Amino acid sequence: MSAPLPEFTLLHPHDVDAALAAAKAHPEARFVAGGTDLLVNMRHGIGAPDTLISLSRIKALRRISATDDGLFIGAGVTLAELARHPVLRHYEAIRDAACVVAGPSHRNAATLGGNLCLDTRCLYYNQSDWWRHSNGYCLKYRGEICHVAPRGKRCRAAFCGDMAPALMVHGARIELATADGTRHLPLEAFYLEDGAAHLVLAPDEIVTGVYLPPNDADSARSAYTKIRIRQAIDFPLAGVALACDPVAEGLRFRLAFTGTNARPVLVDLPEALDSGANDATRDDYFNGLEKLVQRSVSPQRTTTTQPHYRRLAVAAMARRLAVGLAAGSAAGSAAG
Amino acid sequence: MSKTHVTTTINGTRTEFLCEANETLLTVLRDRLHLTGAKEGCGSGDCGACSVTLNGRLVASCLVLGVEAEGAEITTVEGMAEGGELHPLQQKFLDLAALQCGVCTPGILVAAKALLEKNPDPSEQEVRYWLAGNLCRCTGYDKIIKAVLAAAADLRGAA
Ligand SMILES: Cc1cc2nc3c(=O)[nH]c(=O)nc-3n(C[C@H](O)[C@H](O)[C@H](O)COP(=O)(O)OP(=O)(O)OC[C@H]3O[C@@H](n4cnc5c(N)ncnc54)[C@H](O)[C@@H]3O)c2cc1C
Ligand code: FES
Ligand code: FES
Repeated sequence: MSAPLPEFTLLHPHDVDAALAAAKAHPEARFVAGGTDLLVNMRHGIGAPDTLISLSRIKALRRISATDDGLFIGAGVTLAELARHPVLRHYEAIRDAACVVAGPSHRNAATLGGNLCLDTRCLYYNQSDWWRHSNGYCLKYRGEICHVAPRGKRCRAAFCGDMAPALMVHGARIELATADGTRHLPLEAFYLEDGAAHLVLAPDEIVTGVYLPPNDADSARSAYTKIRIRQAIDFPLAGVALACDPVAEGLRFRLAFTGTNARPVLVDLPEALDSGANDATRDDYFNGLEKLVQRSVSPQRTTTTQPHYRRLAVAAMARRLAVGLAAGSAAGSAAG
Repeated sequence: MSKTHVTTTINGTRTEFLCEANETLLTVLRDRLHLTGAKEGCGSGDCGACSVTLNGRLVASCLVLGVEAEGAEITTVEGMAEGGELHPLQQKFLDLAALQCGVCTPGILVAAKALLEKNPDPSEQEVRYWLAGNLCRCTGYDKIIKAVLAAAADLRGAA
């Protein structure tokens, strides 16, 4: 049998204000949404908050709505809902990503907010308490050194959420609230390159949702793909989201990666792919893209799969997605 | 710690229980209500042996807090047979020998039933995708998939 959960008090606020007041009153509290990440970690002896503030009864967080300038998705929307919601048909990368998080039962409980705040992961961290104890714990929690990079001062655990890169290539902004007010950040500014403190979220701050700019042009396309150990259900060893936008010069690509760094990494390709390019020029362009991706990510020994392999794989996946979307978009404009 | 009073409907019967905040729905079902059909294979969301439905949605009950079941409709494997007659999925699992040790079976039956309620005519690939969260260490899955497809055909015939 696995270890029972440590004791805590469970609060059930009915609205965001009450949740924020509870967070202010209980500085050691944690929010719990679907629980599919937090409860697993707590069972492994990672964190023992005295209070959990459940977000499950806050209806306002479960809203998906069209706004004047795009779309709002509440933090409490489940990934199963996102995977089948018709408003996401123009945001293919987001829908693709929602379909490949964990397995069907997890997606029914897992929320978008929980996915964006997912704890970072590492071979030396996602283990039972006795395992980590026998190994002297680690820098991320209760220990002194990072077993992945023992001479470094920083935890190298990797961010492995699937949704963040997909939202980033669509230009998402995240909305955060405390009892004192609300702030908005580009999603990429929500993350830091430190595996032990990878979010700019304050302890009494809540993610209320994300805003997406409109994306109704038929030709703007995107996709998400990942590699994982168990193909059917697993965190990404590495994942790639890509969006391509037709611009005057041709096609412009924006890429984002997960599983490779302590934060999801966003890369805007400096040059567009010339729509009139011949085969050789196109090939050069995609070679350049692959090289840029390899330089932009820094996978570490956080999984049983070697960093070098993950670096090559993420670049190859990025190229494959870019070639596919470029071909689709050329076919689309020829047909149109 | 003080216990919370929770009112739910389990397999169609109104059920009340008291539980601690840190008890999972799986612990409540097994240890408080003696519904031992759902199994604990891992306790960390990896295996699916604890699958039940909560308001019609398949969930891993080892990752749901018991208190979150307040007001919810829950179904477990115990609710599948009606009046002593096995559900077609259960019957096909027996007929086609889709189990060996049986630890994964209750979770797979509940997950397969949830699938067939949404999609009565799934392809083999859809069955495999839907059962992705349910591990079986014995059968190699082939017979499980065949049994689910056969039960689906049976249920369509009966409808
Ligand atoms: C077997 C298994 C496989 C998995 N595979 C994947 C995978 O492939 N890809 C993937 O991305 N994830 C995976 N997960 C992890 C998890 O299921 C998802 O990331 C899920 O989306 C987390 O959401 P949740 O609502 O369950 O989060 P919770 O566990 O409730 O919360 C996670 C964290 O977010 C915080 N939080 C939650 N909501 C808010 C909010 N609104 N404001 C502020 N903080 C908040 C919590 O305090 C906690 O720190 C897997 C999990 C399991 C058990
Ligand atoms: S016991 Fe719940 S998934 Fe394994
Ligand atoms: S029959 Fe033994 S685990 Fe599936």
